[in-house]
Amino acid sequence: MDDALLVHRLQFAFTITYHYLFPQLTMGLAPLIVIFKSLYLWKGDERYNIAARFWAKIFGISFLFGVITGIPMEFQFGTNWAAFSKYAGGVIGQTLAMEGMFAFFLESAFLGLFLYGEKRLGKVGHWLAATMVFVGSWLSGYFIIATNAWMQYPVGYTVQADGSVTLNSFWALLLNPWAIYQYMHNMGGALVTGSFAVAALGAYYVLSRDQVEYGKLFLRMGVTAALIASCLQAFPTGDWQAKMVAEHQPVTLAAMEGLFETREGAPMVLIGQPNVAEQRLDNPIEVPGVLSFLTYKRWNAQVKGLNEFPRDQWPDNIALLYYSYHIMVGLGTMFIAVTFAGVFLMWRRRLFDARWLLWIFMLAFPFPFIANTAGWMTAELGRQPWLVYGLMRTADGASPMVSAGNGMFTLLGFAGMYTLLSMLFLFLMWREIEHGPAFLSGQTHHDDEESIQPS
Amino acid sequence: METLWFVLVAFMLTAYVVLDGFDLGTGAVHFLVGKTQKERALALRAIGPVWDGNEVWLLAAGGALYFAFPTLYASSFSGFYLPLTMVLWLLMLRALGVELRGHVDNSMWRSMWDVVFSGASVLLAIFFGAALGNVVRGVPLRSDGYFFVPLWTDWMPGPSPGVLDWYTVLTGVVALVVLGTHGANFVALKTEGDVNTRARRVGLYGASAIVVLTVVSLAATLYVRPGILANFSARPWGIVLPGLVAVALAAMLWSRTVRVDDLTAFLGSAGFIVAMLGGAAFALYPTLLPSSTDPALSLTIHNVAAAPYGLGVGIVWWTIGFVLAVGYFTYLYRSFRGKVTLEGEGY
Ligand code: HDD
Ligand code: HEM
Ligand code: HEM
Repeated sequence: MDDALLVHRLQFAFTITYHYLFPQLTMGLAPLIVIFKSLYLWKGDERYNIAARFWAKIFGISFLFGVITGIPMEFQFGTNWAAFSKYAGGVIGQTLAMEGMFAFFLESAFLGLFLYGEKRLGKVGHWLAATMVFVGSWLSGYFIIATNAWMQYPVGYTVQADGSVTLNSFWALLLNPWAIYQYMHNMGGALVTGSFAVAALGAYYVLSRDQVEYGKLFLRMGVTAALIASCLQAFPTGDWQAKMVAEHQPVTLAAMEGLFETREGAPMVLIGQPNVAEQRLDNPIEVPGVLSFLTYKRWNAQVKGLNEFPRDQWPDNIALLYYSYHIMVGLGTMFIAVTFAGVFLMWRRRLFDARWLLWIFMLAFPFPFIANTAGWMTAELGRQPWLVYGLMRTADGASPMVSAGNGMFTLLGFAGMYTLLSMLFLFLMWREIEHGPAFLSGQTHHDDEESIQPS
Repeated sequence: METLWFVLVAFMLTAYVVLDGFDLGTGAVHFLVGKTQKERALALRAIGPVWDGNEVWLLAAGGALYFAFPTLYASSFSGFYLPLTMVLWLLMLRALGVELRGHVDNSMWRSMWDVVFSGASVLLAIFFGAALGNVVRGVPLRSDGYFFVPLWTDWMPGPSPGVLDWYTVLTGVVALVVLGTHGANFVALKTEGDVNTRARRVGLYGASAIVVLTVVSLAATLYVRPGILANFSARPWGIVLPGLVAVALAAMLWSRTVRVDDLTAFLGSAGFIVAMLGGAAFALYPTLLPSSTDPALSLTIHNVAAAPYGLGVGIVWWTIGFVLAVGYFTYLYRSFRGKVTLEGEGY
């Protein structure tokens, strides 16, 4: 791999991983905010509205960072992956352009109304604005996932005389089965992030004996939503994803599982370090037959190992791929365990006294971010060495005219810029958390949400 | 079909420059119209709820360009690698400046973001103008359709130019003045009192400067690209565009001197932008990116467009999306219509 290619890949991986930290939070919080708003309309209890207003603040800040880091993503298809854009732009340009027309306009217009227009819009109007923001962010997720799914599993295209691909079926692209499964799993992941964030803050308020009333409200909502979302992540959506991979990218599956040899009754590996040079797993702890069962619903089914495939089709970073996948699945299992315990204690009315569990919830909020990142690393590393699976190799996709030196310059620039962004984000979040929802309830008398007054 | 998409992309880019143009312009004249922090807060409040939606026009135009002319997107974005990446950083800083300033009640914090916001807006206006200058002047395209321009070479628009040469610096300055005036007109429209008075004055100076700069830049363009007027003689109806430029200039000057009227002034600067960009697109058509070496290598709508099926499907959803977007924008601007004041918290 030459230097320039490495720099392009590093820059893209860094910027997209960073970008996705924010949308997963906003996409996860948006439906919860709508639920708070709906409860307010339904029960008329002002606390639900204040909860919604508080999370809208967090949402607003995260949204800003999502926008700021999202714009570079769209540009980079052209700046860093010119050959890929030239090759596939006629197909994936569709979904990318639709994202702008259908999702970003909707989101940005209604976000302004949602954040600054509560008085002006009235109760129902404001609920509607919240709902539109939710719809916009989830639509945006679909279009971008459909783009990525086409790269994982290309459909609806024909190859032209000049070697590039062109669209021949719009609906095949839009309703790509890979996109549908990937979307459900990914949005579930976002919901895990959002609900864990709500639960973590609730736990913090209850533990610190500050704003306890809101703390309990957040915990109830967060823990319940987190249980549902975590279960959906494993089954059925994670299971569906795994089946798609097994069927269409069998070599990826073998690498994810660290399965070097084809086996019947293949085991599920809990722990073990892939040793690619010697083509085996070191120190494995396995549960026999489970992988075969999960993939093919038969305990002794045959699962193809890496040895079945030519070396030049293997993902190029098997170790990282393997760990990413295992981190995602491992964390997913823990999420289910923790949230199950939470809901159980809530049902027995002992959750708010179970300080040990509240500590766990409070400290757990980074882990969904890690799980989501690990999931994407699995998907993207697993696709290697292909940029468009089976059609175009990553090595052929980079911009031919951009040198490694220029790439390094911008990579360092992004690194500096994003360090600054991280500090600002944490600082602003900390301020909002310190103020908390109670601060916002005090402000209703001061017309806070009406920042722009007509004369 | 390609022609239709040429028009649509040009239209969306123009919409971006008119809409986000007043946000950038407000930033550019931020310190001229607002002498105190309170007054500057007022200017920010005028653009607060709308700037993000305006910026989406850039993304949507980019998306449309990517989808309709993928080869052009690939070639130009990688060729202008460095300036485009810097534009990204500036867009980030601008957004931070608008949004974060009001978050903390501390005068050093506010001053810092005022400077960031204004500085980033000034540089963005110049970069966008220089970008247009580059497209008019042309770039050294290779036979495979790629090129790469460094930030500057010898500052001359010769066969191997940089992003910046005397011509593109000139177009950058023109853009700064035009958008600054446009921003001042917007601020005048949305405010009262001292800020309004100062914004009107900036608008008048700006409009006068634009008259001079229009003539200078037209002469410079004819010198750099002598064939640029060919389309006007081939399709004489194009004359309406320069006509509109003149009308818009007159409207700006008249509404700032004879009969002071902020709305006319704002429409004047908006009309001026539309006419100038429309004129540039008209003159370039069907070329999208001219070659500065061999004209046969230029990228035109015929050699970079996506296949007809995709373009046809695109028209359908684009139309639906566009109608929806216009709906949201009408609603958004209606909801926040009227002058802004300093009551309440916020930006
Ligand atoms: C909180 C986040 C989260 C959690 C708990 C899980 N996942 Fe996941 N997973 C994602 C978040 C995620 C993701 C970030 O959303 C990915 C990346 C790409 C995608 O579509 O979803 C993903 C991808 C992804 C893939 C596709 C890899 C590829 O395309 O090559 C598979 C097979 C699974 N997951 C399977 C699972 C299983 C069996 C889980 C059991 C617990 C699981 N995931 C939990
Ligand atoms: C937020 C979720 C995503 C994450 C965390 C992510 C992560 C990554 C990573 C780690 C790489 C580098 C792989 C390597 O170089 O070995 C990569 C590459 C890439 N991804 Fe993604 N990705 C995400 C979503 C997307 C989406 C939605 C698209 C397309 C629409 C996309 C397109 C690409 C492209 C074009 C590359 C560059 C080629 C390559 O190196 O494979 N990614 N991504
Ligand atoms: C290469 C891939 C990607 C590109 C080109 C991209 C592009 C963008 C752009 C341009 C924005 C700013 C929109 C605005 O101004 O309103 C944005 C924000 C957003 N992106 Fe991405 N993005 C990518 C990956 C992803 C992924 C993988 C997801 C989730 C599945 C995602 C979800 C969102 C959402 C929901 C927003 C709205 C802002 C927010 O909620 O934080 N993006 N993205």
